[in-house]
Amino acid sequence: MVQTFEPKSNYKVIGSRPVRHDGFDKVTGRAIYGADVKLPGLIWGALARSPHAHAIVKSIDTSEAEKTPGVLGVITSKDMPETEDKMIDLGEGDENPRWTSNRLMASTKVIYRGHPVAAVAAADRYVAEEAAKKVKVEYEILPVHNDVDSALADQAQIIIDGMVGDDLGEEVKNTNMALHERYDFGDVDKAFKDAAYIEENTYTMQMVHQGYIEPHNATAFWDEEDRVKVWTSTQGAFTARTALASLLQLDVSRIKVTPCEIGGGFGGKIPVYLEPIAALLSKKTGRPVKMVMERTAVFETTGPTPGGKVWVKIGADTNGKLIAAESKIWFEAGCNPGSMIGPAAQCIYAPYDIPNTRIDSYDVVVNKPKVAPYRAPGSPQVAYAMESAVDDLCDKAGWDSMEFRISNASTQGTRRGDGVRFSVIGTKDVVNATKSSDHWNSDLGTAPEGKVRGRGISNGYWFNIGLKSSVNLNVNNDGTVTLIEGSTDIGGSRASISMQAAEELGIPAEDVRPSIVDTDSVGYTDVTGGSRTTYATGFAAWKAANNLVDELKGRVAMLWSEGTGELGKDDVTFESGVFRSKAEPQKSISFKKLADKLDDLGGPAISTGSVDLESAGDGFGMHIADIEVDLATGKTDVIRYTAVQDVGKAIHPSYVEGQMQGGAVQGIGWALNEEYYMQDEGGMANSSFLDYRMPTSLDLPEIETVIVEIPTPLHPYGVRGVGEVPICPPLAAIGNAIKDALGVRLTDLPMNPGRIIEALKK
Amino acid sequence: MTTNTTNVHIRTKINGQPHEFLAPSYMSLLDALREIVGLTGTKEGCLDGNCGACTVNMNGRIVDSCLVLAAEIDGGEVETVEGMASSDGLHPLQKAFLEEAALQCGICTPGFLVAAKGLLDNEPKPSEYRIRHWLAGNLCRCTGYDKIVKAVQKVATNN
Amino acid sequence: MHPFSYVAPKTIDEAVDILKKNGNRARPMAGGTDLLVQARANKWDLDAVVDIKKIPETMNLEVSQAGLTVGSGVPCYQIYDDEKIKKEYSAIVDGAFIIGGIQIQSRAAIGGNLCNAAPSGDAICPLIVYGATAHISGPSGSREVAVEDFCTGPGTTVLQNGELLVKIVVPKPNANSGAAYERFIPRNEMDIAVAAVAVSVQLNANGDSFESARIALASVGPTPILANKAGSSLAGKPINDDSISEASSLAKEESSPISDMRGTIEQRKHLIEVITARMIKEAVKRARG
Repeated sequence: MVQTFEPKSNYKVIGSRPVRHDGFDKVTGRAIYGADVKLPGLIWGALARSPHAHAIVKSIDTSEAEKTPGVLGVITSKDMPETEDKMIDLGEGDENPRWTSNRLMASTKVIYRGHPVAAVAAADRYVAEEAAKKVKVEYEILPVHNDVDSALADQAQIIIDGMVGDDLGEEVKNTNMALHERYDFGDVDKAFKDAAYIEENTYTMQMVHQGYIEPHNATAFWDEEDRVKVWTSTQGAFTARTALASLLQLDVSRIKVTPCEIGGGFGGKIPVYLEPIAALLSKKTGRPVKMVMERTAVFETTGPTPGGKVWVKIGADTNGKLIAAESKIWFEAGCNPGSMIGPAAQCIYAPYDIPNTRIDSYDVVVNKPKVAPYRAPGSPQVAYAMESAVDDLCDKAGWDSMEFRISNASTQGTRRGDGVRFSVIGTKDVVNATKSSDHWNSDLGTAPEGKVRGRGISNGYWFNIGLKSSVNLNVNNDGTVTLIEGSTDIGGSRASISMQAAEELGIPAEDVRPSIVDTDSVGYTDVTGGSRTTYATGFAAWKAANNLVDELKGRVAMLWSEGTGELGKDDVTFESGVFRSKAEPQKSISFKKLADKLDDLGGPAISTGSVDLESAGDGFGMHIADIEVDLATGKTDVIRYTAVQDVGKAIHPSYVEGQMQGGAVQGIGWALNEEYYMQDEGGMANSSFLDYRMPTSLDLPEIETVIVEIPTPLHPYGVRGVGEVPICPPLAAIGNAIKDALGVRLTDLPMNPGRIIEALKK
Repeated sequence: MTTNTTNVHIRTKINGQPHEFLAPSYMSLLDALREIVGLTGTKEGCLDGNCGACTVNMNGRIVDSCLVLAAEIDGGEVETVEGMASSDGLHPLQKAFLEEAALQCGICTPGFLVAAKGLLDNEPKPSEYRIRHWLAGNLCRCTGYDKIVKAVQKVATNN
Repeated sequence: MHPFSYVAPKTIDEAVDILKKNGNRARPMAGGTDLLVQARANKWDLDAVVDIKKIPETMNLEVSQAGLTVGSGVPCYQIYDDEKIKKEYSAIVDGAFIIGGIQIQSRAAIGGNLCNAAPSGDAICPLIVYGATAHISGPSGSREVAVEDFCTGPGTTVLQNGELLVKIVVPKPNANSGAAYERFIPRNEMDIAVAAVAVSVQLNANGDSFESARIALASVGPTPILANKAGSSLAGKPINDDSISEASSLAKEESSPISDMRGTIEQRKHLIEVITARMIKEAVKRARG
């Protein structure tokens, strides 16, 4: 039975903008991020990495590295424990520990450039890095597959030996295609025959990276009793612990993960990379070991999002009703299976009510780093395709594309591409809010000579997730409450979680003191990701707060009973921070005053709340992009941008706006310039911030935001996740703006100046 | 340790305080601040001058400390984010960043604060374009820069 | 990164001595914004880094009646913060203002940019079109090399073992002359030029025709290119669309780009034509005052 809630109003704390609790430490440089961790006796680790994207490892010679003065230990895959060959769940996708172990430290094969082959520990970081370069490896180079077409070609070199592909339930051997899934509803073929207008196209996209400014890091200490302590910038201390237990073949109880402050994640810091290596170096040397990943390795060896191809075909009747949609989605999984074809299928048609739909999706292994989630994984790619096709269909038929999106908007009861039916959603509200926005009703203005302007819109969707979270509350004598949680705070979530507890307790947000603690100190909490933190951990905080109020009612009853035991919890009410006697309503005591008396009323007052939420409120958004293109050079500037989104309820509007703005800008970078430029022999050519071109402050206008609130019944305050939706619309919003400006449809990302000039020439 | 390098003897002022220490000749100013002096507020992001997370003020100019050798600050002065607040409280930029929610993960924040201070100390009322141009050497992946620019503008307006 | 020792000589002779003794295992450092990145990437295995910023001649910046003298260690910001240099040597300021961002410009020197000898070096083409010379000191004494001859290939220069670039000297431009530099990049900052052009023009007293012109191209060859045909095509011509487009078209022909992650051959050639035309017009505008 899923608990549901009615929307409320008259909030005291929800909707306000308090200064975040960790803000002071972060603006003064005192906050401890993973790379800032210091321990007595700390030494450094560095990795030796493969220069080849696909090769057999014939031999590894670490002798010169070991002899280097200052080196304290060297490990290879021989030092990695034998792991299970089965799938485990990390919170945003399954993994096979045997493949993961091999991927983090190569045994017989290297399958992506930068694949670690050995690790070195030394007291000086520079010495460790130099010694790592002295590890000698003999390789037998194999053919490289840089993309889906290459990996699926006849006679393609198989990347994972023994991998068995799943083609609609049938086993396939000797293939790089890990999975083919199909969703088929209604009668798509018949519907296309009935369609008056059809639009069909193939869209390509390249691998792109989350681009967080903080590189991966890990500090580990393996002690004499085989207990392992790890400090890391991670999005999920508990999922990291689970992964470590599997990779190191230890019980979870022997591992304690302390999540440090984290410098960005966007999904990419859910998997572990350095943690198990640092732990094994610590085991070898007996010292705590710190590792910080160099930026080139962050690009080349952590988890970008898939590139690939999306073919879309949509059909509408003469009245402008979408009646059919078919798509084929090919995603690069990187060197191990697990690209997000599932979520892509869930998202591709979500903004629309389409009675006949089919999706075929393919997960393909290539010689690139294994992909990891990147903000609504899979959804931006398919949104680019679908939203471009919708605009072109409207063009063809002479329809207004905004009105088309309104009249075909998904609503409660609409069936999603994977068959799930929506509950209360805000699609139409979002489109209508966009239509009435200041931006939409403002003139595009005239471009200077030699340039043209265009405007484009696009829908975007993410389903958001729930999963498990736990919160503990302790009341302090001064009326403040410590809130213990396990959700690492990447974007200000500890503030919004604290605000939810504060609202329930009737105290100011500043009086809740949040701490994010290690895996020994709080109940299981799933990752900060999936747009779940404010929703699920907030829900847990709400629960804990309600449990606390219940506990405190008992203390008030004790107080007013004066030793007689006459009164019980049922004789006490609670509202807006005040406990009141039911029988004598003028008799009351505030939360703060009660806190001061707790020592004599039964001692410390604590509570817990934990949740395991199966579903969450779906999120819809729409963006408007105004661009200006230099016709001679193809240079494209975004001159105005608005993000509209249904967030259910904005707990802390500043951080909601921040998510919308940050996601939009990542999408803008993806649309215009970001890509993994692959060398023919394999490996990323542009693995630095110089040539992996993310937007700078000079590349952007103000990002305007419009918050729509259609509360979800699944949360006490109606919260829907906000973080992931905003990266979905920008790709097609800009693509559609380019079409509006230049009259040409670009179907390949990124839509950089070179591609624009080429398209103009045609 | 290596044999043909020497430690450099450095006497410098950091956030107004005299500091004296030995650093390997090949060590960057960033590493010296973080590992030797113990000021970890300045962050490592890319080590090749493209992200600005390591920004400090050196002898009156903002620089990427990952591309300065520790040896080069002998006889000079460095200001880091740790030196911005005083006994009177936070620097106006630090306050504005908090009030305007100009940070999400916060890793780029020290670099932005030092860079923005470098601008406002010389140009108290810069235009939005000038702010964005000055800060283009600092990458942020979380905020889209919007609230960062607004925070700097807030301080500029009050100047 | 191979661990190196740090040495900061106070005279040119000292510097030359250290460089000669260590051969290719020592390199001079100005701003360090290329050198340290390259040392980390193991492009160089250095035993010594020679900081030249304590030598008076390399840090000297002087504008005089004779011209502009820029010591090889002078950081970019000192160049573009100088009002006189902005007025009289505007194309050099164009270049100095776009090398990296503010933090880089606090340290990076146009002398270093020249010695780094990237085909895309933003300081180099402006120096070429102003007819600048590189002043070098070495074990066998001093010599001067025209900037257009200084770079010999991507990352290589005429500097021999033990030689140090001391300063760059730019002759004072004549009246009725102007110069400009622009590069094409996909973002608005922080990028390496995909293609770039510097143009200097000498107009007649009336300002309606070209007496002479120099055009230099970046990122379209193994070194920055002095486009002789394009530049000399303008001599004696009236200032109009025909002469400008002819010069731009010749510049395009004189370029020999490759395709790489920053751009294709076609895109770069196209851009050279577009930017050359734009920069001729801008240089003319500046010449006319």
